[in-house]
Amino acid sequence: MLLIQQLINGLQVGSIYAVIALGYTMVYGIIKLINFAHGEVMMMGAYFAFLAAVAGMPIWAVFLISMVLSAILGMVIERVAYKPLRSAPRISSLITAIAMSLFLQNLALFIFKADPKVMPTIIKNNPVTIGSLQISNITIITFLVSVVFMVILTIFISKTKSGKAMRAVSQDTEAAMLMGINVNSTISLTFAIGSALAALGGILYAIAYTQVMPTMGLLPGLKAFVAAVLGGIGIIPGAMIGGFILGFIETLTKAYISSRWADAIVFGILIVVLSVKPTGILGKNIREKV
Amino acid sequence: MKNKNKKSYLINGLALVLLFILLNVLIKNNVISRYYQGIMVFVFINVIVASSLNLTIGFLGQLALGHAGFMAIGAYGSALFSMYIKEMALPPTALLITSLLVGGLLTGIIGYLIGLPALRLRGDYLAIITLGFGEIIRVIINNLKITRGAHGLTGIDKLVNVTNSFWIAVVVIVILYAIINSRHGRAIMSIREDEIAAEAVGINTVKYKSMGFTISAFFAGIGGGLFAHYMAYLDPNTFNFMKSVEIVTIVVLGGMGSLTGTIIASVVLTALPEMLRGFAEYRLLVYSFVLIIMMIFRPQGILGRKEFSINGLIKHSKNIIKKTGDNAEGGEL
Repeated sequence: MLLIQQLINGLQVGSIYAVIALGYTMVYGIIKLINFAHGEVMMMGAYFAFLAAVAGMPIWAVFLISMVLSAILGMVIERVAYKPLRSAPRISSLITAIAMSLFLQNLALFIFKADPKVMPTIIKNNPVTIGSLQISNITIITFLVSVVFMVILTIFISKTKSGKAMRAVSQDTEAAMLMGINVNSTISLTFAIGSALAALGGILYAIAYTQVMPTMGLLPGLKAFVAAVLGGIGIIPGAMIGGFILGFIETLTKAYISSRWADAIVFGILIVVLSVKPTGILGKNIREKV
Repeated sequence: MKNKNKKSYLINGLALVLLFILLNVLIKNNVISRYYQGIMVFVFINVIVASSLNLTIGFLGQLALGHAGFMAIGAYGSALFSMYIKEMALPPTALLITSLLVGGLLTGIIGYLIGLPALRLRGDYLAIITLGFGEIIRVIINNLKITRGAHGLTGIDKLVNVTNSFWIAVVVIVILYAIINSRHGRAIMSIREDEIAAEAVGINTVKYKSMGFTISAFFAGIGGGLFAHYMAYLDPNTFNFMKSVEIVTIVVLGGMGSLTGTIIASVVLTALPEMLRGFAEYRLLVYSFVLIIMMIFRPQGILGRKEFSINGLIKHSKNIIKKTGDNAEGGEL
């Protein structure tokens, strides 16, 4: 019974990681940049939701406002910091991404101060009892909302014109440009969608742990990134699988081994994956050409 | 050629001694207070740690994000060792140097072991795997009994002062400079320029990559040891991801591939926030902002890959004098 209970908890954590990992993987797929600021966009999304909830807005408005504002934030970050460096060496853009993450975190520290704020209850917690199992309705909602968004994203990418443009740009930017695809707006769109998903992850995280603080994006951001690498970075179904696997591993470690070692084990998995199959579970090996 | 080298060593040595005498005179006359002496020790520690990271980022061309982890190993290793051999009642300098070496060697060994799997990857993946190792080191130190975990390690002798940290920093820079300008250093730099081409001309890239990484870890350990014996207290959370980012910032700002650039950046980034006290709160905000601006407008850092040298300065000024002299002659005609 405990195992099933833990697996359900893992499902909740995992769906949050999966949603955040999707943004990582989309951005990496399109401009080959590890967007370290992604975790901070998630944090900002949580703060936007917090402000909207404190203002007493209805639940759909909280989600909408936070996701739209985060999407704008993501596009601004891309335009200001990443676009000028698109042709620069990879190391420069990676450092810029780290700096951007640090900047947003300290900006939040400056605006909202370091103390954690209590997230208002926008969803009442009333557990559903099935047999001897107790499942929080928040767990169910978290899972359902993330799955719905994943399905929408999958349909968007495989069926719509913009989704096809995204795939084209990620396969070959120059060829896509020659085919008349507006690469700049496609990249902006990718950042907007990724950041909105990060905000969604942030809201779900804030609801689950009932608090928001400036450093809240750091660890979930890194873990979502591990999830993206685990599933194969740049591959969208990979991020979902990676997120759920990571959620299960983390909750099981916390339940059966030790909560203090959970982070070390998550990063240990990252190292094992990178040393054995750096392209991840769903990734294909690509030979390097001179 | 040899004579020229001798002359340059002489000039640089002389300049160092002069700098040291100047520092001592200022300290003796209380121009530099105890507080500023503390900042200077931090500058020297940052010089050591950042220039060791510059070997990996600037000369080997591999972005590593776990340098704070290496610093932590060096700090804890040397601190525990010096506490262990305290009964032997060695003179303080000998105690400091042996424990620094032990800490450094331990870090070097662990760095070598981490490098084995990590250096097979490149670019982004290497950055991530070193980040992962850095975090794991911190979690392990946080949970071990011998390091007293999150309570922090106390009872370390305070052995470091301005004088010995100055000379240790000098020795580290000289050794790094010698390595970079040796045959091995050129091999390391060739990997940065083009790994496949380096391999094609017969450079053992695996060997030189792990060599560079190990040396880098060793000196980070020495820097960590100095930190431990200056603070006399260690908290594992000092060595988190943000610390690694701070060290990367110093390297990038100074110029990836310039040791003198790293020294300048260490001085600026360590001293500036301390000098402007009210500004200390926004230190990281400014750090990150500077880093973004730097990457967009001058991605190669302050000095790029150039080295500042006194010889170069002398030559340059001689040239200017000569030129103005020539011009003056031309005027007469």
